[in-house]
Amino acid sequence: MTLRLSAATYRYAGARRDALDSVDLEISTGSVLGVVGPNEAGKSTLCLVASGLAPVVVSGRLSGSVTIDGRETTDMRPHELAQRCGILFQDAQAQLSGTASTVFEEVAFGPRNLGLSLPAVIERVEACLGALGIASLADRDPARLSGGQAQLVALAAILALRPDFLILDEPTSQLDPQGTRLVGDALRRLVRESRTAILVVEHKTALLDRLADRVVVVDEGRIVREGPTADVLGDAALPGHGVEPPPRVRVQSALAAAGLGTAAETDRLMAELAT
Amino acid sequence: MIAVEIRGVAYSYPGGVRALDRVDLAIGPGEALAIIGQNGSGKSTLVRHLNGLLRPDEGQVLLDGSAVGRRHVAELARLVGLAFQDPDRQIFAGSVRREVAFGPRNLGLRGAELDGRVAEALEEVGLAGSAGENPYDLGYSRRKLLSIASVLAMRTPVVVLDEPTTGQDLRGVARVRAIVAARTAEGRTVITVSHDMRFVAETFGRVVVMRAGRIVLDGTPAEVFAEVNWPALADAYLEPPLAARVGARLRVGSTPTEASLVHALAARA
Repeated sequence: MTLRLSAATYRYAGARRDALDSVDLEISTGSVLGVVGPNEAGKSTLCLVASGLAPVVVSGRLSGSVTIDGRETTDMRPHELAQRCGILFQDAQAQLSGTASTVFEEVAFGPRNLGLSLPAVIERVEACLGALGIASLADRDPARLSGGQAQLVALAAILALRPDFLILDEPTSQLDPQGTRLVGDALRRLVRESRTAILVVEHKTALLDRLADRVVVVDEGRIVREGPTADVLGDAALPGHGVEPPPRVRVQSALAAAGLGTAAETDRLMAELAT
Repeated sequence: MIAVEIRGVAYSYPGGVRALDRVDLAIGPGEALAIIGQNGSGKSTLVRHLNGLLRPDEGQVLLDGSAVGRRHVAELARLVGLAFQDPDRQIFAGSVRREVAFGPRNLGLRGAELDGRVAEALEEVGLAGSAGENPYDLGYSRRKLLSIASVLAMRTPVVVLDEPTTGQDLRGVARVRAIVAARTAEGRTVITVSHDMRFVAETFGRVVVMRAGRIVLDGTPAEVFAEVNWPALADAYLEPPLAARVGARLRVGSTPTEASLVHALAARA
């Protein structure tokens, strides 16, 4: 299964310039693609276009193509698209349905709409809450959650739909280090066990360092760098694109710049500390 | 410029979740203080007591020695500016300029003085070129900077920034760091709530760790992230920055930032 953008160019209705400019990329079964880039580079637009929400729901003009297994997403019906491709917005609070009185009901909302049996719905909801470490929130009112809690609940609600493709726009932006780690673990497990394909936009390059197979750098609507995660995140040009390298890379380059320790020594040290 | 004192403050949300459990914290004028801790540890609840958005069940908050008590939110807004974690809970005006002007206008500013205040705040957050735009046409990271600009324009003696680096790229984080440094240089107090350990260690002179509604560590970044405190940090579901772990491993003392690590290693070499 593959979701592919080919020369995808997108301009929001009324905008004077393209938000995405000739983007080519694909995500396929069992792999994670990380997306980094400066503020306003087009990362969120990329999520909207890849998920098919733009231009179907968010109006604008799309040229080039976005396909799932060869079919144009613009030809797919909304419910069909929603089942194949789940998106988590940057603003998690905006994603919650506003109709559920408990977190459990909120996460159950999607699976129930898929017409699953009640035991199957319960099994999915419990599995998702457990994977993200938020089983204790099950009875809470979704409207009374902290920013980080709301983000985890919104993610659980998407995971419960078990889409083939998962588009995540900064899924850990409001999470503490432990929550971030739990999300990383849950996503890795999802890729391994369910063969889900994930596109994830993140400023936390440390998370991508552990999670992504490949990383693309988006700047001014274009993909300016693409490659295996270690190569892209270790690229000295990364800060020039407004992207903070992961701590591992920063500490190593600080030591190297100060003439303290060879690359092999610092590599060994980082490997020790990682365990 | 004023001191902030939190004395024995306890607070429970309706429904019984006890968010603050008798917190004591004194913050001097011109201090740059970061509050860190797990989601739900009480950080945002604590700072919402500083401008009267929440009132304590027990204890009291003092600004410059005088109790916040029943003082009106509008009065407190002259003393404490709070930029929310979620900018969309704060933004309401139809243009960036009007959004930032709202606070100072309520302070009675008009004309050139008001325009100057707004222009300066927008310049500082890098939004000078967007003054005429609708805030909701800005991306999340710029809406976040807009919410900070609205607080800066109030020129309050105490500035509170709740997760100011969320969604910011390197340049945005550098901007926020410069904003904090400029405020403290003027003698204003800056308090932040953050999960961004690098930002905290490099920007703030004092770090407070919260766990389950209590303060469990309080000190400089070098003190709080020192190896002796790692178990307490782990209890609070936090971990020290990588530079601190490298420094401890190489036995050069507590090095919470990459610069301090390099400095300590160079001194040893």
